[in-house]
Amino acid sequence: MDAIKFVHEQLTPQRDFPNFRPGDNIVVNYKIIEGDKERIQAFRGDVIQIKGEGGTKTFTVRKISNGVGVERIFPFSSPNITEIQLLKRGKVRRARLFYLRALLGKKARIKEKKMAAKS
Amino acid sequence: MNGLIGKKIGMTSIFDQAGRNIACTVIEAGPCVVTQVKTDDTDGYTAIQMGFGVAKEKNTSQAQMGHFQKAGTEPKRRILEFRDFNAVNKSLGETVKVDEIFAEGDMVHAIGTTKGKGFQGVVRRHGFGGVMNATHGQHNRLRAPGSMGASSYPSRVFKGKRLGGRMGNDRVKIKNLRVLKIFPEQNLILVKGAIPGHNGAFVILEKKK
Repeated sequence: MDAIKFVHEQLTPQRDFPNFRPGDNIVVNYKIIEGDKERIQAFRGDVIQIKGEGGTKTFTVRKISNGVGVERIFPFSSPNITEIQLLKRGKVRRARLFYLRALLGKKARIKEKKMAAKS
Repeated sequence: MNGLIGKKIGMTSIFDQAGRNIACTVIEAGPCVVTQVKTDDTDGYTAIQMGFGVAKEKNTSQAQMGHFQKAGTEPKRRILEFRDFNAVNKSLGETVKVDEIFAEGDMVHAIGTTKGKGFQGVVRRHGFGGVMNATHGQHNRLRAPGSMGASSYPSRVFKGKRLGGRMGNDRVKIKNLRVLKIFPEQNLILVKGAIPGHNGAFVILEKKK
């Protein structure tokens, strides 16, 4: 397995994304190529899981779009991610927030973690 | 045939320039030691015999030990002959490295032994559909092979009839795998797609002619 780790160290460029966790609200700016045109699409939602390690590490973002739940899995090492913005820290007690799938409306909210103001 | 002996490390995925995620296999290919050089004069054909992997001395026969000593190397786990090897001109006892034979973008064939699947029925082994219905009075035969053939003539089952049996553990060649990346210092080569065998299994990489 060390050889696979080595391969990813060589081939995965270092990206500095904000250090987000499950429960956080983020915006992923993702590059979309249509034919020969290129545009940036923003996907805003809650991180419900972070999975894997090394070059195959991924995170799942869930949002409610027109009343329909949409989940999208992004690889951390994807070159198509141009930027990730951390909007809110969520207060959650587990690493996988799959219980959100069964909830709708106000119940599906995640409580925001209040950060201590730096003085 | 130009090629090299290697060991399957495992699978992973990498991104290419276009941002596509490509599944690939990491193989530790070589370094192989030339243990014998066959020429037209001595053997009637040209070939090069190479050894790969470390074998214990106690597991190597006296005859093989002599063969390795002649090449001036340690005992090797796997020995293989590559006919009409012409990528590099090597003499007895020299090592062949991965970057001397393959380059990024090359097409290679991978030969290995598939994972053993044990005794499998016709649905898994030959892709039979099974008997689709559980109704119409049927039971217990959802994955059955169906008819064996005609009745009183020939009164037997023809040879080669596809039935259940041992599956896997076969020598298989996967053709036309693209070389994505080579790390010569680590003897690693990345090929697109899957190759037969479990992680750690021996694999023969052949360069496409």
